[in-house]
Amino acid sequence: MSTIIKNRQALADEFTLLKLAEGEAAETVSLPAGPLLVPLAVWNIRKDELQARGTPVGVWLDVTEGPEAIAAELSAFAVIGVNFPKFTDGRGYSTARLLRERYGYTGELRAIGDVLHDQLFLMARCGFDAFALKEGKDVAKAVAAFETFKVPYQAAVDQPQPLFRRRAA
Amino acid sequence: MYRYDQYDQALVDERVAQFRDQVARWKAGDLTDDEFRPLRLQNGLYVQRHAPMFRIAVPYGMLASKQLRCLAELGRKYDRGYGHFTTRHNMQFNWPKIEDVPEMLAALAKVQMHAIQTSGNCIRNVTTDQFAGVAADEILDPRPLCEILRQWSTFHPEFAFLPRKFKIAVNGAKEDRALTWFHDIGLHILKTDDGLVGFRVIVGGGLGRTPIKGEVVREFLPWQDILTYSEAIIRVYNRYGRRDNAYKARIKILVQALGIAEFARQVEAEWEHLKGGPATITQAEYDRVAACFEPPAYETLPAIDEGFVRQQANSIPFARWVERNVRPHRVSGYASVTLSLKKPGTAPGDITSEQMDAAAKLADDYSFGELRVTHEQNLVLADVEQRRLFDLWQEAKVAGFATPNIGLLTDMICCPGGDFCDLANARSIPVAKAVQARFEDLDYLWDIGDIELNFSGCMNSCGHHHVGHIGILGVDKGNEEWYQITLGGRQGNDAGLGQVIGRSFPAEEVPNVIETIVRFYIAQRHEDERFIETFDRLGVDAFKVAVYGDKARLKAAA
Repeated sequence: MSTIIKNRQALADEFTLLKLAEGEAAETVSLPAGPLLVPLAVWNIRKDELQARGTPVGVWLDVTEGPEAIAAELSAFAVIGVNFPKFTDGRGYSTARLLRERYGYTGELRAIGDVLHDQLFLMARCGFDAFALKEGKDVAKAVAAFETFKVPYQAAVDQPQPLFRRRAA
Repeated sequence: MYRYDQYDQALVDERVAQFRDQVARWKAGDLTDDEFRPLRLQNGLYVQRHAPMFRIAVPYGMLASKQLRCLAELGRKYDRGYGHFTTRHNMQFNWPKIEDVPEMLAALAKVQMHAIQTSGNCIRNVTTDQFAGVAADEILDPRPLCEILRQWSTFHPEFAFLPRKFKIAVNGAKEDRALTWFHDIGLHILKTDDGLVGFRVIVGGGLGRTPIKGEVVREFLPWQDILTYSEAIIRVYNRYGRRDNAYKARIKILVQALGIAEFARQVEAEWEHLKGGPATITQAEYDRVAACFEPPAYETLPAIDEGFVRQQANSIPFARWVERNVRPHRVSGYASVTLSLKKPGTAPGDITSEQMDAAAKLADDYSFGELRVTHEQNLVLADVEQRRLFDLWQEAKVAGFATPNIGLLTDMICCPGGDFCDLANARSIPVAKAVQARFEDLDYLWDIGDIELNFSGCMNSCGHHHVGHIGILGVDKGNEEWYQITLGGRQGNDAGLGQVIGRSFPAEEVPNVIETIVRFYIAQRHEDERFIETFDRLGVDAFKVAVYGDKARLKAAA
């Protein structure tokens, strides 16, 4: 079982992350037992089967898959993952804000993929509360990154009021 | 100018600590080179030909004398005693060590400066008109809104990893002096007949490999909405801009692909959700920031100072300097002075630490302790009394700032080029110097009159060659440096791109070609016709024939 950061603490991850390997199809890929985080394509085709299992289900969105694709079904998910294939691909930040701010998602929002220490602060501001750090990275050290800046300027998910509306003279 | 409060100061201090930690983790091997690269870029740190290049922000060009003294000290301590002003209100050092940069950032933070987002695929330094707040044709001082945009863009959590860099320019006057048509977002401050203040919003402009003039996405946006509207624009770009090819990743490519109408529709649809939200700027915040840009304590002075008039009559060199380097001011008895960093024989935009100290002293003695950095790579003292211009001129001469060439051919814009920059195809500085040397004769230079020569060492166009009346672009042909010439580009309200005149030239021919173009203009011009006007009247083909001879004539006829 791998470790994730959730609510700024290291935790054992109960979910299995399902990815379609080369040659695997959403229709036929075998679904491991237990809590499962599946690609959007698998969810779309096999949502009845997944929901009938009685174990928690999550879906993860890739960079070309916007939150609009699942906006009507948010209550079905125990977790929503957002993939960062490379940490320099910033589409997931917009996905996260839209899920939280536009579609009102309140469950676990997890960054997966190339998730690194130096992006955690920004991700948390955009509404991520769980982070599957890239393999081999130091989870204990990374937790400190949430404290990088104490009072940022902008309104975001973590602080809906911009600093200028809160600034004490 | 803007003064940090405890929040602003805490953020730059925390940035220093963050970068110090990143450098330490990189040195320890916890961060790979690939992981470190975007982080150092977002702190203005490139790895260049000889050494790292470190780029420091001068937000919207405003510089206090003590900040310039800090830059002078950094130049002495960590560089080779000089720095370089870029075309986007930044200062670059070419020789620091990466390990020294955290200390340099700490020194900058002490004078309310930073290198945040001076590179990388994020929102860059906001730029504006160097005569903001003093220009006679100003509608509204753009600087308070520039500062509000600076704060909003600083560590914006959603937009730190855009498809490509993102540049915003704001102009608050009737004449565009901020190149707004060639930025990712260009903003024109407008006032409606019933007194409402807002922006014309332009998107999708840019120079570089694919130069494109921006298009209007909204004719009028109330100023209070600029942050929410910018978020809508950049969110659409962040989600749908191309990421498969760095050369096609700027917002201009997305705008062209969708068409401005469809792009505007998507932005407006996004904005519907954000409009009126918490990021709507409050009057209280505007007033708080604008208070920092209140006019200084001007003296009450006559519109024309008698002594100043006499001094010009008595000294031709002084009168020449006044004509080129001094601009009228909106306050009676004052003037704005451009300190030329284009003395022939020096690299355009370069300034030594001694000169930085000298300019800081001039600012303290003559202009309320403030300076501006221009996108033409000069310095401006915005608020000088007319009656003290003669004294200022004499001191500026000693420091090497008084070359009376503002707006003339030798006042050229030039990137650092292949001598320093890793991206460059060709060297720019030695060729620029050769052109300057050819036009060193002041009488000749004056006879040529207003002309803008812009020089870039590669397609990235840091020297803005596309919008020079004469543009020179360094190109690589089989590992040799060649130079392509464009004519007819321009900045301002009628900004437009120059046209390539034909095959490129080796370095040693460039001064001859420029001289041929200039001589042709002089031979053809009507009385009082500026270069660009003669060009518009005759067209590019006439100049092609002048440069390439009959071959071009045949081609033009074909």
